[in-house]
Amino acid sequence: MRAATIGYSSADLRGFREVQQLAYACAESVAARLKPGVTEREAARMQREWLRERGVRDWFHLPFAWFGDRTAFTGFKVPLQFFPTNRKLEPGMPFILDMAPIRGGYTSDIGYSGCLGLNPVHERLLADLRQHRDLILTGVRERRSLREIYEDVERLMTAQGYTNRHRAYPFGVIAHKVDRVPDRRWSPRVLGFGTNALRGLARDALHGHRDGWSPLWSPYRFSDHPPQPGLWAVQPHLGFRGTGAKFEEILVVTDSRDFQESAFWLDDDLPWGSPRASAFERGGVRRRQEEAQAV
Amino acid sequence: MSGKANDANGAAQGGRPAEPGLPTCARERRVATGGIELCVAELGDTARPTVVLLHGYPDSKEVWSEVAHRLKDRFHVVLYDVRGCGRSSAPRPLRGGFTLEKLTDDFLAVVDAVSPTEPVHVVGHDWGSVQGWEFATVRRTEGRIASFTSVSGPSLDHFGHWIRKRMSRPTPRRVAQLLGQGAKSWYVYALHTPLLPELAWRGPLGKRWPRLLELAEKAPGGGYPTSSLADDAAHGAWLYRDNVRARLRRPRTDCYAHVPVQLITPTQDAFLSERLYDELEQWAPRLTRRTLPAKHWVPRTRPDRLADWITEFVDGTEPGMPAREPVATGRYAERFAGQLVLVTGAGSGIGRATAFSFAEAGARVIAVDRDPQSAARTADLARLVGAPQAWAETVDVADEQAMEKLAEKVATAYGTVDVLVNNAGIGMAGSFLETTTEEWRRTLDVNLWGVIHGCRLFGRQMAERGQGGHIVNTASAAAYQPSRALPAYSTSKAAVLMLSECLRAELAGRGIGVTAVCPGFVNTNITGTARFAGADEAEQERIRRRTSRLYGIRNYPPEKVAEAVLRAVVRNQAVVPVTPEARGARLLSRLAPRALRGIARVRPPL
Repeated sequence: MRAATIGYSSADLRGFREVQQLAYACAESVAARLKPGVTEREAARMQREWLRERGVRDWFHLPFAWFGDRTAFTGFKVPLQFFPTNRKLEPGMPFILDMAPIRGGYTSDIGYSGCLGLNPVHERLLADLRQHRDLILTGVRERRSLREIYEDVERLMTAQGYTNRHRAYPFGVIAHKVDRVPDRRWSPRVLGFGTNALRGLARDALHGHRDGWSPLWSPYRFSDHPPQPGLWAVQPHLGFRGTGAKFEEILVVTDSRDFQESAFWLDDDLPWGSPRASAFERGGVRRRQEEAQAV
Repeated sequence: MSGKANDANGAAQGGRPAEPGLPTCARERRVATGGIELCVAELGDTARPTVVLLHGYPDSKEVWSEVAHRLKDRFHVVLYDVRGCGRSSAPRPLRGGFTLEKLTDDFLAVVDAVSPTEPVHVVGHDWGSVQGWEFATVRRTEGRIASFTSVSGPSLDHFGHWIRKRMSRPTPRRVAQLLGQGAKSWYVYALHTPLLPELAWRGPLGKRWPRLLELAEKAPGGGYPTSSLADDAAHGAWLYRDNVRARLRRPRTDCYAHVPVQLITPTQDAFLSERLYDELEQWAPRLTRRTLPAKHWVPRTRPDRLADWITEFVDGTEPGMPAREPVATGRYAERFAGQLVLVTGAGSGIGRATAFSFAEAGARVIAVDRDPQSAARTADLARLVGAPQAWAETVDVADEQAMEKLAEKVATAYGTVDVLVNNAGIGMAGSFLETTTEEWRRTLDVNLWGVIHGCRLFGRQMAERGQGGHIVNTASAAAYQPSRALPAYSTSKAAVLMLSECLRAELAGRGIGVTAVCPGFVNTNITGTARFAGADEAEQERIRRRTSRLYGIRNYPPEKVAEAVLRAVVRNQAVVPVTPEARGARLLSRLAPRALRGIARVRPPL
């Protein structure tokens, strides 16, 4: 079976999937409650409280919220700028909610892009983001070097007319590995990142360094290796003139020789990018395309 | 007396040819008000929205002839000679006959005659604008005006408050502003002297005025100024004498505009400082600002631009039209809104970013690229970020015939280009001895001949239109930084730089600016498509990858270059190095060229 080849049981995968769904449910719930005047800090707190009420005690990282041109990381120079600020949401403003709750030892890391009201640029970004989801999956299935896939994604972004904004993340990562985390009662955090999860990442980095791979999927030489089996939280982030959009979800990479089985998205029915979403939320995009054809 | 006695029956008459200058289809009538008669000309279908064009000093309604001609198919255009000017009769006595209150009476009489039910859109230039401000701010015109477009004429009340504010707390900056405007207002003081202005106008000044206008303002003739100039100017002196002192001393405190106002500011106006309008939002809450790099007489020198902006503004304020939120939010929106911008090489990199920046400023964009898909993509996204219209054109700039075809198509389908950005270029690296003639030819064809074709074809269109414009050529820091790695590329770009400087000298007299932009190392696709002389395919690919990564590490975004392009157009800069290394090299090339020659010998790490 799939699961046997990556060291996770199907129950494990179900666990990861449930936490990811929980996180997306949280994002949808918070996004529905966002209204003009809400600040990034408040939005981050809403996510934290919603998840705490549902049993989340540990985090890969605490929830982030970015509004307006901060969704495109405009003018970001130091990592501290990622933390939520007192910027208020205004009508038409894009926003991104990014959270990484851990429950029962299962980690998730998701990103949810939305917009308060109508914003055609944002709609277009979301529609174009779907191509990246397919491109990444195909690249991984073809077992191409992660660094090359990174460059392919960047090339597609440039061709689409956008800028690569995941380059602004620490190490410029487009993805990072996530793993099971020991369910400890005490889970201190350093600069918003859970130490339990960081420890796992550091262990991977150490092992990977010996074996020639890295848990961070970056544009640098240390990512010049074929995809390593495991769970990867993939987060391509598009920016276009002060509007940013990203998705983040878990890609399962196995060592199966079967093309389809070698990599797949953990969950294909998420509110972002899923058939459900395209029928419902992305209605705006389709409407616009139809209008364009009519004209 | 400028009133013509033979036309004094006061009844409306249609179909009579008007003064030379106004189109022959103008219908003329005379409107009686307050003991005088005003000569009113109408153009266009009366069922359409009415636009009233008000002339300034020392003009008559013919100053608007070019603009009226462009508006007459869309609107019901009304022009009238202000009392004492053109073929309207003058009040007796002149003193006290030109107060803004009386001018308001005249305006209301004309409006009642030409558009008894619907409010009208007012456009004023110079004293017409001063009057327009009065009409837009007094209570009794409420409901009779739908919008007001002001060109080169402040409200005397706002002006009064402006002076007061600067007198009451004179910071150095405010004093400088006061002195600046004070110096520009010399003619106002001169007009307050008794009798002398009248003598001058009826004597030597009146005779020389048309020539003066042509020399100083580059205003083309064509039925303007009219033969009544001396009388208009002599009578019009009373506009100043009756109003200026009174209003500046005791400005009204309720001078808030009750209609949307569009303020068009010519930036090279010799008589009015741009600073006059600094805090205008407090008086006109619904204010749209536009700036125009031109001198005072824009109705004569920039009729196309003016007609465009008037049309757009009137359409936007006309009830029944869907309210359009202005989507252009860019920093230079007041300067580029509605302008036609053509960018070559707009499918990627700096060209694409430039197209987007112009789109954000509300310009209409033509994205030209060799690759149809990327050009279409640029046009598509340009519309999203604020371009009212955007088109994609597929042309190889090196192809002379194709460029000629493009120029023809642009002229007929989209209009005359206001800003041309010759940006398309290719990279060519490798030592001189290994560069083949074919590689040389291709590099020069695209990088140099592309620019020549662009300047030649579109520059000619701009010059022939005679309403200014701007050409931006993308040169490179390699234009003045020699290097052993880029002989062909540097040569082509150095030629572009020199071409730009020569062209700038030639076109300066026609109000067309030319800028050479020298970006430096910018993170674009040029490294991914560049050729490296003397390398086989595998080696080509390796070096491309390597340079792309190096440029990626440098990571200077093309958006910043685009920003520099817009700024350069606004400021009309000649040569604009963009990245710090480009600026450093520019400085060195002038201070220590030997140092640059030393750098040129360094073998690049590839």
